[in-house]
Amino acid sequence: MALKMVKGSIDRMFDKNLQDLVRGIRNHKEDEAKYISQCIDEIKQELKQDNIAVKANAVCKLTYLQMLGYDISWAAFNIIEVMSASKFTFKRIGYLAASQCFHEGTDVIMLTTNQIRKDLSSPSQYDTGVALTGLSCFVTPDLARDLANDIMTLMSHTKPYIRKKAVLIMYKVFLKYPESLRPAFPRLKEKLEDPDPGVQSAAVNVICELARRNPKNYLSLAPLFFKLMTSSTNNWVLIKIIKLFGALTPLEPRLGKKLIEPLTNLIHSTSAMSLLYECVNTVIAVLISLSSGMPNHSASIQLCVQKLRILIEDSDQNLKYLGLLAMSKILKTHPKSVQSHKDLILQCLDDKDESIRLRALDLLYGMVSKKNLMEIVKKLMTHVDKAEGTTYRDELLTKIIDICSQSNYQYITNFEWYISILVELTRLEGTRHGHLIAAQMLDVAIRVKAIRRFAVSQMSSLLDSAHLVTSSTQRNGICEVLYAAAWICGEFSEHLQEPHQTLEAMLRPKVTTLPGHIQAVYVQNVVKLYASILQQQEQAAEAEAAQEVTQLMVERLPQFVQSADLEVQERASCILQLVKHVQKLQAKGVPVAEEVSALFAGELNPVAPKAQKKVPVPEGLDLDAWINEPPSDSESEDEKPKAIFHDEEQRHVRHRQPEVDEEELARRREARKLEQANNPFYIKSSPSPQKRYQDAPGVEHIPVVQIDLSVPLKVPGMPMSDQYVKLEEERRHRQRLEKDKKKRKKKEKEKKGKHRRHSSLPTESDEDIAPAQQVDIVTEEMPENALPSDEDDKDPNDPYRALDIDLDKPLADSEKLPIQKHRDAETSKSPEKEDVPVAEKKSKKPKKKEKKHKEKERDKEKKKEKEKKGEDLDFWLSTTPPPATTVPAPSTLSFPGSLQEEIGVHAVTTPKDECEGSKREEPEDEDDDVEHDQERKSSRHKKKKHKKEKEERSKDKKKTKKKQSEREEATAVEPVENGAAEEEPIPPMSSYCLLAENSYIKMTYDIQASLQKDSQVTVSIILENQSSSFLKNMELNVLDSLNTKMARPEGSSVHDGVPVPFQLPPGVSNEAQFVFTIQSIVMAQKLKGTLSFIAKDDNGATHEKLDFRLLFSCSSYLITTPCYSDAFAKLLESGDLCMNSIKVDGTSMSFHNLLAKICFHHHFSVVERVDSCASMYSRSIQGHHVCLLVKKGENSVSVDGKCSDATLLSSLLEEMKATLAQC
Amino acid sequence: MIKAILIFNNHGKPRLSKFYQPYSEDTQQQIIRETFHLVSKRDENVCNFLEGGLLIGGSDNKLIYRHYATLYFVFCVDSSESELGILDLIQVFVETLDKCFENVCELDLIFHVDKVHNILAEMVMGGMVLETNMNEIVTQIDAQNKLEKSEDQGGTDGSTGRWLSLRSEHEERLGVRRHFAALCFKAKLPCVSP
Repeated sequence: MALKMVKGSIDRMFDKNLQDLVRGIRNHKEDEAKYISQCIDEIKQELKQDNIAVKANAVCKLTYLQMLGYDISWAAFNIIEVMSASKFTFKRIGYLAASQCFHEGTDVIMLTTNQIRKDLSSPSQYDTGVALTGLSCFVTPDLARDLANDIMTLMSHTKPYIRKKAVLIMYKVFLKYPESLRPAFPRLKEKLEDPDPGVQSAAVNVICELARRNPKNYLSLAPLFFKLMTSSTNNWVLIKIIKLFGALTPLEPRLGKKLIEPLTNLIHSTSAMSLLYECVNTVIAVLISLSSGMPNHSASIQLCVQKLRILIEDSDQNLKYLGLLAMSKILKTHPKSVQSHKDLILQCLDDKDESIRLRALDLLYGMVSKKNLMEIVKKLMTHVDKAEGTTYRDELLTKIIDICSQSNYQYITNFEWYISILVELTRLEGTRHGHLIAAQMLDVAIRVKAIRRFAVSQMSSLLDSAHLVTSSTQRNGICEVLYAAAWICGEFSEHLQEPHQTLEAMLRPKVTTLPGHIQAVYVQNVVKLYASILQQQEQAAEAEAAQEVTQLMVERLPQFVQSADLEVQERASCILQLVKHVQKLQAKGVPVAEEVSALFAGELNPVAPKAQKKVPVPEGLDLDAWINEPPSDSESEDEKPKAIFHDEEQRHVRHRQPEVDEEELARRREARKLEQANNPFYIKSSPSPQKRYQDAPGVEHIPVVQIDLSVPLKVPGMPMSDQYVKLEEERRHRQRLEKDKKKRKKKEKEKKGKHRRHSSLPTESDEDIAPAQQVDIVTEEMPENALPSDEDDKDPNDPYRALDIDLDKPLADSEKLPIQKHRDAETSKSPEKEDVPVAEKKSKKPKKKEKKHKEKERDKEKKKEKEKKGEDLDFWLSTTPPPATTVPAPSTLSFPGSLQEEIGVHAVTTPKDECEGSKREEPEDEDDDVEHDQERKSSRHKKKKHKKEKEERSKDKKKTKKKQSEREEATAVEPVENGAAEEEPIPPMSSYCLLAENSYIKMTYDIQASLQKDSQVTVSIILENQSSSFLKNMELNVLDSLNTKMARPEGSSVHDGVPVPFQLPPGVSNEAQFVFTIQSIVMAQKLKGTLSFIAKDDNGATHEKLDFRLLFSCSSYLITTPCYSDAFAKLLESGDLCMNSIKVDGTSMSFHNLLAKICFHHHFSVVERVDSCASMYSRSIQGHHVCLLVKKGENSVSVDGKCSDATLLSSLLEEMKATLAQC
Repeated sequence: MIKAILIFNNHGKPRLSKFYQPYSEDTQQQIIRETFHLVSKRDENVCNFLEGGLLIGGSDNKLIYRHYATLYFVFCVDSSESELGILDLIQVFVETLDKCFENVCELDLIFHVDKVHNILAEMVMGGMVLETNMNEIVTQIDAQNKLEKSEDQGGTDGSTGRWLSLRSEHEERLGVRRHFAALCFKAKLPCVSP
């Protein structure tokens, strides 16, 4: 043993260490590979020794070699040996090596599980730390499952050094083992508020990373993050949180509204550029999510754009780059605010930094409009000329094409200009994007019918100009445009002015130097051209000329027949024979043109790239079903002859086919045509529906200004797009003049006619520019009944999809992290057991069951907690006005009796839940669960109340006719929370009260306030015709006070009445709504008003009116807002509230009903209730908090109120007194 | 997430490679070569961000780099990282190296890649930023060195003793001994740390 040790240390003296290895490699520059292989041999020897120090040294060297690209996976087992060394020095070497070369495919990795577990629970924090670091690099699903529980324990380690590492590694564990997310999440959330900033930062990091992939599951954490954001001073954490909000805000616009202010503050206050930049980014995300409805909306955009401009103008290239990057995000939603900085962005095109130039190009893409497209492209074209280096030039080229062709050539008003731009681009030497230009030429020529004539003339000059042919061949780039040119000239040869010349150009000997596929197109299109020439000449009866052309073909085609390219050769020889045949016929004087052109009859239409995929499977076609029953194995051989017999019979039939007579053939042809017409795959020669649309007379009358083509446009190789810019300007000018004329005429007309709003702004909007050509872009054909394409781009292999887990759902019993079997007893005592409980989801390893009632209890707790969470978010968010009105607007129809009952019941559930919800749940429009819950409850409630209702209904039936207005009848409100024991009926309540009544009409009204508008209420008035007259021309008018005014239609004076938008036949009621604006809400107010109407009966019509006094009670400005007891307590403690109280004697009503009444009539919600004492809360539309403490004595009720406004409180208490006095 | 951290010199020789996603050795070398190719042809005064053309796939990814004297420090990150934040992180990394190696130069990285790894492990873990406070990092590294020393008593290769002596070793290649961190201090940016 001793000898061994001595031997070991002697060995080590001769071993190379890492430094020796590095030095050795540096000294063997010539034969490095050989030297290293020699070293690897040595290392292999060292690994065979027992001495762990030697092994560690060897592994250390291997790690270095791994960096140089040598595979060291063969030493995986030795690495594990070193990992398990007791000394930290060696352990660290082992874990480092493992982290560099282990991955999921490493088979020995499963051997590490126990070693890692041991290290994780080591008393030395550095052992644990090194194990965590290593594991973070090579964690596998198995390791994650086996170690998740150990790591979770470490999240509560005493040392922050371990805690932060454990928190961080959880992300990797979640990724590999998604089942661990839910059980571990509560603790992770806890760590957001860890006292150590490092741990906190790690937790933020992990949650941000999780939320980035599945943001909707993390919305409920928004309040917590908001708190962190406003309290943290750590810029790293702030950046992460702000980035996270950027991901959350598209899901919840209310969140965005809340964020704007603190973010704007940060933008103004921070000196850290990175933070500023992220704030701007998130503000942009917020603005994108809020499409409208923000008052200081444009201010925020301006702030962003302004800050970004500062970044872009900075001398620091990094800031410039990021500024442009963020700018492009604004561009998508607010192009106008970016477009004003066009100068700056064009300036960036001149930057020496390519990344910045590319960013600026990206921005340009989104900045173009019909108005500035030509100008921008002109700028880019000058850059193309100046650009050094083909890569950037190519980038410019593709960008020009992208910009012009975006959204179906939306911004191109003049396609002649575009074609000439494309032609100019062909002069670019050395570009690799010839095919791109070619594709554009083809696309435009095919889809823009009106441009064909011009395109053909340009293409023919391209074919004519030699530079493309000569400069091409070796570089496969620009000559590609000849492909397009040849095809366009051939296909649309009828537009060619000098077809003969073009034909000759296409048959030049030089053409044979072009790439094969281009030659092939040449050959094919030469024939098309030839066909059209023949036709022209035959029509002109120039037989000789026609024969000359044929002769030319016969002479020149052989050069293609000799081509080495198969395609060219085959086509050419085929066509040569054809032409020779034509020649013979021509010699005999037979007219051939018709037949030759028949070869190319019909038109090709563009087909959408996804068309094939979109063809729906016809109904009744099951592609998986067998067409014929598959031959079963059991089929015996003696059946075979039969099959042969069948076959013969079929063959026999086939033989007879040629005997079908002419008639039959014609019939079949018809049938086939019909079939083709209905066949989506068949490209028809008849005009497609789209084309028919273009030909429709509706399009013809679009004014088309002819461009004066006398300008010599056709000089090949000359830059001419510039001329178009000028022409276009002139054209637009003319157009504008014409339009102005028309407008003036219109104006005159309008003056005579009705009063109407019109805008004749001098600036020209994008839409005003009419295109120069009839831009009849032929849309790509799609099969009929094509399916929508939404599912096209979902990636089913997204690894983060597994982490799309609902975290708000309570945990199930079965949901816990797997624990090693023999540790079971131990872990059941461990503290995290409490965190790990409860729910219904199935898991891989079912765990032992808890006692049932316990489970239920926990379930309840969790549920409560969860509801609380949901409520939290909603309440937190609702402190800013929610986007949608929550007050259910009563419908404006009157219902027959029985139906009305139904609605009455429904209406009841809302107020009930509102007062009940304050404790347990609140009406919540987002949370389906809660809503569902309510529904269930209300239905249960309905059942219980069924009998009662029936009785009531029978009573009511008599009254229904008179009581139609009382729709929001509260028949009953379920007791609050103490269960069935206290359940008792609550008298019917209606929020509508009588406004005025006479023999003709009865008016009842209700006032609804909305959180959205702090100085506005809606008064709903139900008008019920009680007479036998027909009531019409109803008009409502009130005498406005300084404080309260009725909103009248624009243009009418304050004394005008507002017409009621309906008429009332006898016995009918209907509801009208009127909006009032209020300034102060602290006092109740009465407005005098009149309803005037015409009552018409058999005896004639009379003018009638009904005066009323409209009471705006303070309660109507309150909005039922749920509140938490802790928030409530804080509010009371804050000391900002004034106090007042009332006492009402002689109330006999039960406390429960009393509360219900206060909730219903005064829009309060119960915060907490203990015996005969309850705290209640509400909020005014202008944000006053109102807190009440209601106590019931023997025969009296006392109400103590606290409110941020004393006057409001006393007014409210007065109103309440009146209500309670009736009880 | 940080996808990879690479350090190589002006000739493309790797000085440190840390991948937070598994790649084969061959792919790793290709990535290093490609990255070097992309980064080295850029001028000094251009921005430090670079997109696309990377084997580490996805348009979501960005290269963020700094060039100090003979060395390139390249971080490949996805969109969840703040660009300027990562630039700052590189700064912290280099400053920490300078503290731990005392006037750090390329030679230190050449001979002590394992130590560089250990320092990095205190900053970035599994692709996520673990610690940005330099003092905290240095404290942990010092504590680990102490632990290592205490274990190594009686051992033969006092590694700390030996690497200091390497500095005096004759080094023919120009610039390898340049104190690159000095440049890092000069290039300080108003980034994350206020």
